Amino acid sequence: MRTFKIGGVHPPELKLSADREIELLPLPAKVIIPLSQSLGAPSRAAIQKGDLVKVGQLIAKGESFISSNVHSSVSGKVTRIDDVMDSSGYRRPAVLIDVEGDEWEESIDRSPDLKSEITASSEEIIRKIYDMGVVGLGGATFPSHVKLRLPEGKKAEYLLINGVECEPYLTADHRVMLEQGEEVITGIRLLMRALAVEKAFIGIENNKPDAIHHLQQLCIPFPEIEVVPLKVKYPQGGEKQLIKAVTGRETPSGKLPLEVGCVVQNVGTALAVYEAVQKNKPLIDRVVTVTGKKLDRPSNLRVRIGTPVGNLIEYAGGLPEDTGKVISGGPMMGKALSSLDVPVVKGTSGILLMPGIESKRAAPLNCIRCGRCVTVCPMGLEPILLAQLSENFLFEKAEKERIMDCIECGSCQYTCPAGRPLLDYIRLGKNKTGIMIRNRGKK
Amino acid sequence: MNETLVFAVISLSAIGVISAVILYFVAQKFKIIEDPRIDLVSEKLPGANCGGCGLAGCRAFAEQLVKSSDLSALNCPVGGSEVMKEVASILGLEVEEKEPLIAVVRCNGSRVNAPQKMIYDGAESCAFAHALGTGESGCPTGCLGLGDCVVSCNFDAIYISPETGLPVVSDENCVACGACVKACPRNIIELRKKGKKDRRIYVSCVNTEKGGPARKNCQVACIGCGKCVKECPFDAITLVNNLAYIDYDKCRLCRKCAPVCPTGAILEINFPLKKEKPADPGIAVENPTVV
Amino acid sequence: MYGVVIAMIPAILVSVYFFGLDAARVFLISILACLFFEWFIQKYLIKGQVTINDGSALVTGVLLAFNVPANLPAWILIIGALAAIGIAKMSFGGLGKNPFNPALVGRVFLLISFPVQMTTWPKPQALFEAPLTDALSGPTTLGFFKEGLMKGESVQEIMHNPGFPGYVNDFLGAQGGSLGEISAFALLLGAAYMFYRKIITWHIPVSYLGSAVIFSGILWLVDPTRFIDPLMHLLAGGMILGVFYMATDMVTSPITAKGQLIFGTGAGLLTILIRVWGVYPEGVSFAILIMNAFTPLINMAFKPKRFGERMAHG
Repeated sequence: MRTFKIGGVHPPELKLSADREIELLPLPAKVIIPLSQSLGAPSRAAIQKGDLVKVGQLIAKGESFISSNVHSSVSGKVTRIDDVMDSSGYRRPAVLIDVEGDEWEESIDRSPDLKSEITASSEEIIRKIYDMGVVGLGGATFPSHVKLRLPEGKKAEYLLINGVECEPYLTADHRVMLEQGEEVITGIRLLMRALAVEKAFIGIENNKPDAIHHLQQLCIPFPEIEVVPLKVKYPQGGEKQLIKAVTGRETPSGKLPLEVGCVVQNVGTALAVYEAVQKNKPLIDRVVTVTGKKLDRPSNLRVRIGTPVGNLIEYAGGLPEDTGKVISGGPMMGKALSSLDVPVVKGTSGILLMPGIESKRAAPLNCIRCGRCVTVCPMGLEPILLAQLSENFLFEKAEKERIMDCIECGSCQYTCPAGRPLLDYIRLGKNKTGIMIRNRGKK
Repeated sequence: MNETLVFAVISLSAIGVISAVILYFVAQKFKIIEDPRIDLVSEKLPGANCGGCGLAGCRAFAEQLVKSSDLSALNCPVGGSEVMKEVASILGLEVEEKEPLIAVVRCNGSRVNAPQKMIYDGAESCAFAHALGTGESGCPTGCLGLGDCVVSCNFDAIYISPETGLPVVSDENCVACGACVKACPRNIIELRKKGKKDRRIYVSCVNTEKGGPARKNCQVACIGCGKCVKECPFDAITLVNNLAYIDYDKCRLCRKCAPVCPTGAILEINFPLKKEKPADPGIAVENPTVV
Repeated sequence: MYGVVIAMIPAILVSVYFFGLDAARVFLISILACLFFEWFIQKYLIKGQVTINDGSALVTGVLLAFNVPANLPAWILIIGALAAIGIAKMSFGGLGKNPFNPALVGRVFLLISFPVQMTTWPKPQALFEAPLTDALSGPTTLGFFKEGLMKGESVQEIMHNPGFPGYVNDFLGAQGGSLGEISAFALLLGAAYMFYRKIITWHIPVSYLGSAVIFSGILWLVDPTRFIDPLMHLLAGGMILGVFYMATDMVTSPITAKGQLIFGTGAGLLTILIRVWGVYPEGVSFAILIMNAFTPLINMAFKPKRFGERMAHG
């Protein structure tokens, strides 16, 4: 069975909600929709305070190439356009809407029927994806249309669909593959047409045999789509790691996957593409895993974008008493939230409640240079060296040691027997080194 | 036995003489002719190599001083005007008198004023905590108290007070080199005029949020109400982005602004106590320069 | 760290079996002295956090005891502990920052300062078999060879010497020598445990043993009367102890697998080089210390293979 070569760790899988069907979360009383929901430039609000909006109405328009549209996920009245705290803890511009009824834009096809016939051309598909505000749902929220619009002279060979879900706890993609496999396959075919590629691979780790089997069955009529079972290893869901695992190709440092002829999209993104192109439905909801060891009912919920995180936890049985951290995303790469009023955004793949005792970090001990971080680094870097360089502000040297190649998967920090905050310092170093490189470009 | 001894002494002396001759010629060959005033000037400089002048160490500063014909742009904040005068006399130039400056921490978000809402247990570095989130109080511009400024200080002039969790600048030790100003990721520390008898008035807040959100995290935040701006008879106070700022060049230390501040964000340092009670008695104003 | 201590228990038991209470005394003094110096220096000289509970000083204490003869006077042992903890470890900043293995520094310090006491080896006597007396002392296996070869005897003649331990005794432990190095069997047992617990990786031991065996094998093939055979090289002296317990010290060995292979190969070559042509009969400590000095250079020169360094295309 295939997997990537260098490094990797095996954290406990803890997929508590793997057997729970996707449920529809009831509409919240109000939503907070941040204007900037993808990488790249922030979008500009297209509505005003007091406006009545419908489900699916455009409320913010992407203004540059790397940016995306944002649509209203509910119907109701815009109460405010203001700076509201988002998952970073900082205040960023957002639209606040009081929910009134559930009135959808008429152009949206709300019927549950599968529409597998593809009529749109490549250009139309990409246009639609852009219009409907589809972004990468794996977590990085890179606008999808950017990945599909290939630069002149470049040609994609393979489309890779990321169904790895290597983060412990998270099961949203797993459930989507099981319950909406047909839609996902149609989405993949749409993406293939948009990219004009002949071959697509769906990479799935073999801890999800049901999903592998289900999609293999569905792919029988489409020989150009191949399901690739992968050996379980974190961080297989990393773009470069997935390409390496599936095709054996290594993306060169500092380059995009297109350099080796690959385009990677998430399973959830494929579903969103299907809905956008075939059903005319903008990206207004997504599947979120709500999980935690002490939580009553770990669940997979279909949630409207902008719903406060607290609503999801309430639905899954309420906040357990001994909760140390509420994390947006998985335990390896997720981010602790500072408030339960923070909204679900397009990049929220899961909400994880960590018990108090697990969330407390132990005091770091001395590094004994055991080199485990070096062994597990999937990018072949030396995390301890990078952390030391960052700690001492030696960013020139850190750049030479390829600090910018770090994918922030956290394997080093997970494996460190001394409990050192390696990734903390590397992130800081990446941040500062990035600024340094940009400033150099200006001079 | 004797022979060995004599041989050893002779051979070692010979090696010594030959090396000395070689060294002499090498020294002649690679001699660098340097302006002798550079040595004279660098002798006068404090020699702390703090970089407060903006150059890499005292020697580099001395070279710069000797090169330039006008000293107005150059200043050694550590030595102050005394040292600069001596340097000017060596170089035969004039130098303006500059008022001494001191680092001022413009945040009063102590544990009482800005209570802890979250627990941060990441790396012990303000720069990282700042990149990660707002910090334990929730204030996006407040002091994180992890001591990047303390690490940057070469003069033992700043430390984190264990009671308030805020940095405290020592009036005696601070030489206004500006290292902490650069180290602070939130630009909280500013170099301000030391003032007569060390008396200073400044807005101890850099929060640019609107009044409501700012006040939610910290009871002594500047809420941008503008009362102090109206009160100031010298136009020394400006209000930009919901934040008042006192220009220390215009301020005459009349103390009219502090009592009108509804949150107590304006601090008066080292003034004799007034008899009037403060505007809001419920606020605990910590005096950050009591050392 | 405590895993290493557990792995050392068999060798401790064997040495107590052969050297009796003397061995127990050496272990006790060495461990207590190391713990004391670590505590004292952290508490009163550095005035920092006291971390004697992390087990590193305990490991150093046991390893130091492993590296000295059983009849070493207590005061010399305490000086050795001071050299190990004070000079080799704490003066560089404590655990994780020392460039040289502390226990080896302690041993070499003692070997050079007190050569007589450090090379007077009591003869092994299985516990309660014979009365313990100080009078019985004899050379180590490697000492036999060094002395014999100096006198011009051939390897075969030396091995027929009446006092010579032979392969089986060398393996089980009935030979003269430092406390820890006598029984290859007990050490291998502990090493197996360390592999099982993943405390050490295979890179350094395999490359160390491999290069030592190949180098000594070539010499042996050239002239079996003047050079010792590889198996004897492995079983005699501190080879097994050094390879599994001291060369694998993470702090002082390279980080990457490639670097560790270089480190082990170099140490193996140096060990045989010193044993064959050096003044001292044993070369393991010096070899490891010399390679310790090269560790930073090896770390700089042998970086891990970066992802995406070269195009895997076509």
